[in-house]
Amino acid sequence: MRSFQKNLNKFNDAGIRVVGISVDKPEQTRKHMVQEAGYTFTFLSDPKLETIGRYDLVHVKELASGRDISRPAEFLLDTSGTIRWRMVTENFFVITRPEQVLEAAKALP
Amino acid sequence: MKRINWQIWAGFILSLVAGFSYPFVFVRWPITREFPWANLLLFAIAIVLLFLGLRRAFKPDKRIVSKIFSSLAAAFGVFMLAALLFLIFVMGSWLPPSSAAPQVGQKAPDFTLTDANDKPVALAQLLTEPINNKPPKAVLLIFYRGYW
Repeated sequence: MRSFQKNLNKFNDAGIRVVGISVDKPEQTRKHMVQEAGYTFTFLSDPKLETIGRYDLVHVKELASGRDISRPAEFLLDTSGTIRWRMVTENFFVITRPEQVLEAAKALP
Repeated sequence: MKRINWQIWAGFILSLVAGFSYPFVFVRWPITREFPWANLLLFAIAIVLLFLGLRRAFKPDKRIVSKIFSSLAAAFGVFMLAALLFLIFVMGSWLPPSSAAPQVGQKAPDFTLTDANDKPVALAQLLTEPINNKPPKAVLLIFYRGYW
């Protein structure tokens, strides 16, 4: 997340809209992500895990939080809404790097 | 004056450093996070030191106390290494299978969700609203655990 914020100019220049989705409620995102951590990209709130469920990303009773949350995953969509690249990591310690997404986006029209 | 068994002490301290430098330091960079090269190197040195210290402590002229202490220190070093490997390679993969997650080439499932300003936002808006006064080329959806 932090590395995407740091590289946000590169994403904006490439015409890529960065959107974070989690179970956090809007007020939690405002307080912790926007005010405290200084994130400026779009955040969407899915506290009932409806969209997270539709993408099959629900992590039931995640160990550290004890709650149902989203597992980490990234999807790059073209403007028709088709998925052109994705990363559904199989290990928490293998996290998507901004360069990987920027590289994948070069193939888009 | 008796000389201290510096190898066992150095090995003990280095195995502490090797273990805790992962969550506090090396987790920051992908190259040292995805595979713990730096930590394994530190552990290799620590284990050599522990082995030398252990060998020295088990010479016949050494006291039983130093034998016990050295054994505990060496066991601790091995435990730290095992704990780090368990954390990264076992606990790190405790994720759901997500076998039905949408694939490349498929349409992304539609949604309308509330943004941080309490406004509803549809996927269609994300795909069309301009970025820096230009039409967007792509949308990157990042699903994440939440702020904590």
